[in-house]
Amino acid sequence: MSRYAAMFDRLNGEGAFGAFLMLGDPGLETSAALLDAAVEGGADMIEVGIPFSDPVADGPVIQAAAQRALAAGVRVGDCFDLIRGFRERHPQVPVGILTYANIVVARTGFMRDAAEAGTDSLLIADVPALEAEPFVRDMEQAGIEPVLIAAANTPDRTLERIARLSKAYTYCVSRAGITGTHTGGSFDAGLVQRLTKFGAPPPIFGFGISKPEHVRAALAAGAKGVICGSAIVDSAARGEDVTQLIRSLKGATRNDSAPQ
Amino acid sequence: MRLSGRFGRFGGCYVPEILVPALEQLEAAFLDAQDDPAFGAELNDLLMNYAGRPTPLTRCRNLPANIYLKREDLLHGGAHKTNQVLGQGLLAKRMGKTRLIAETGAGQHGVATAIVGALLGFETVIYMGAEDVERQKLNVFRMQLMGAEVIPVESGGRTLKDAINEALRDWSASFETTHYLLGTAAGPHPFPTMVREFQRIIGREARAQMLEQLGRLPDAVVACVGGGSNAIGLFADFIGDPVRLIGVEAAGKGLDGEEHGATLLRGRRGILHGADTYLLQDEDGQIADTWSVSAGLDYPAVGPEHAYLKDSGRAEYVGCTDAEALAAFKALAESEGIIPAFESAHALAHALKLAEEKPESIMIVGLSGRGDKDVAQAQALLA
Repeated sequence: MSRYAAMFDRLNGEGAFGAFLMLGDPGLETSAALLDAAVEGGADMIEVGIPFSDPVADGPVIQAAAQRALAAGVRVGDCFDLIRGFRERHPQVPVGILTYANIVVARTGFMRDAAEAGTDSLLIADVPALEAEPFVRDMEQAGIEPVLIAAANTPDRTLERIARLSKAYTYCVSRAGITGTHTGGSFDAGLVQRLTKFGAPPPIFGFGISKPEHVRAALAAGAKGVICGSAIVDSAARGEDVTQLIRSLKGATRNDSAPQ
Repeated sequence: MRLSGRFGRFGGCYVPEILVPALEQLEAAFLDAQDDPAFGAELNDLLMNYAGRPTPLTRCRNLPANIYLKREDLLHGGAHKTNQVLGQGLLAKRMGKTRLIAETGAGQHGVATAIVGALLGFETVIYMGAEDVERQKLNVFRMQLMGAEVIPVESGGRTLKDAINEALRDWSASFETTHYLLGTAAGPHPFPTMVREFQRIIGREARAQMLEQLGRLPDAVVACVGGGSNAIGLFADFIGDPVRLIGVEAAGKGLDGEEHGATLLRGRRGILHGADTYLLQDEDGQIADTWSVSAGLDYPAVGPEHAYLKDSGRAEYVGCTDAEALAAFKALAESEGIIPAFESAHALAHALKLAEEKPESIMIVGLSGRGDKDVAQAQALLA
């Protein structure tokens, strides 16, 4: 059983909480410590960015994180080393990479190296379902689970393809825009229902999560989990202890969690 | 999508899923418009009676006489950019959009977009690298004068590629009301195909004019390549002819160093701004900083059809340094009374080289824009 499937089993209906961090931000040592802190705070799964110079799907917070990592001289190979170290310390926690197409195609054997480091899934922000098939084939050959993005404006015929190609989970975006610019609180139950109808892997909302009420709203819309990125990255950049933020967001995924 | 959007193995539509419906809508509007005589008639009317087409094909009198200049510098707005912004502007109307966004480097495409925004009544927002805003104050003012808002982009290297990133981010949130009027034959499908079709008129006219003036086809057509819209527009109608197609890239301070914009000559295949194409990048796939004296050629990617024409061998691509371009800029001004854009001076510089090697060779050079925007820089460089 894959680490994601095992995680959903363990959670037994409780919402999954994914913490996103940019690998190498602001440097390798701090980055490794932040990954551990995310697990300590209660993250069920970790999503990691491999920094790219031109992240068109990202807002200012994640852009700045990528820039800090690149300015620190972080290379793709270093990112795999960070994942490898994390995998040794946390054998059960699923790890997914979120990055851009050019990072993937520039490295011969990217999928193999990612798999060998202990990566479970890969989402390529600028590869839509239309272009995904060759990438998905390579991922499956390497033993990595593909994750595709489904948006509220994605038509049914594309959602069917996304449902067929995705494995670990389905990354849902409820509204237009880039990361870190959503005010949260509005999650499209219709998207979740359409994905469920097509038999997609568990839907997880990925944009617009920064407060416990957003987590509850996303789960109320039928999602099986949430991923929080910009809020965590921003908190880390301010030098705060991210475990507190993660603990409060994770708390909102529990079945007995009620709005205060 | 109805078309493949591929040029051999290049091209495609590599954008976040959220933008795919907007690109599908654009492709549909473009294809429907191609079949609509009313659209063609309106565009043609604007091209002739507003923008000033056809542009002349001018034989050099004092430079080698076998060089013919296709005078896009005489088009309204001062460059070939106007051809395709009129086409995309009409498509945006057809789709019911009320707002245009565009990226610009030196400001030529921003000015062209501001022109169409004013003419056709759009709210217009231009993203421009903060570095370029500083360097091109006059063009910034021209855009503002025509009612466009210019937003300086502070991210990344603060130049053209960062302006494209920012325009794509805006579009991800605004596509319902907004058309992204991309400025060159690059980016995700359908832009490379659509922009080529709107620029094809350059080569179509030049070919007919040469047949009329000389009764024969040229031996070669030469155009500069940044993103590649003026080159693909000039090449398109010659692709089936026995004519050499030569694209001239910015060799900047020299192809042996890192300070150039010669994507096809020194780049490696990759994916950026929606397309599979050649890129200047490092080993990890991080996009490189580029350099050219001409801001319009200072771009680390290139239109995917050029990548295909290079690999298939149908077109040749060469480099021209800042110094060679500057010498050609000066020569055209002194000998013919025409001040070319720095971009176009790259094409001319290569044509002058060819004319020395093969004086009998008849060439059409794409004079893609006029040099007014560059005179301050030229004054400093030639001093």
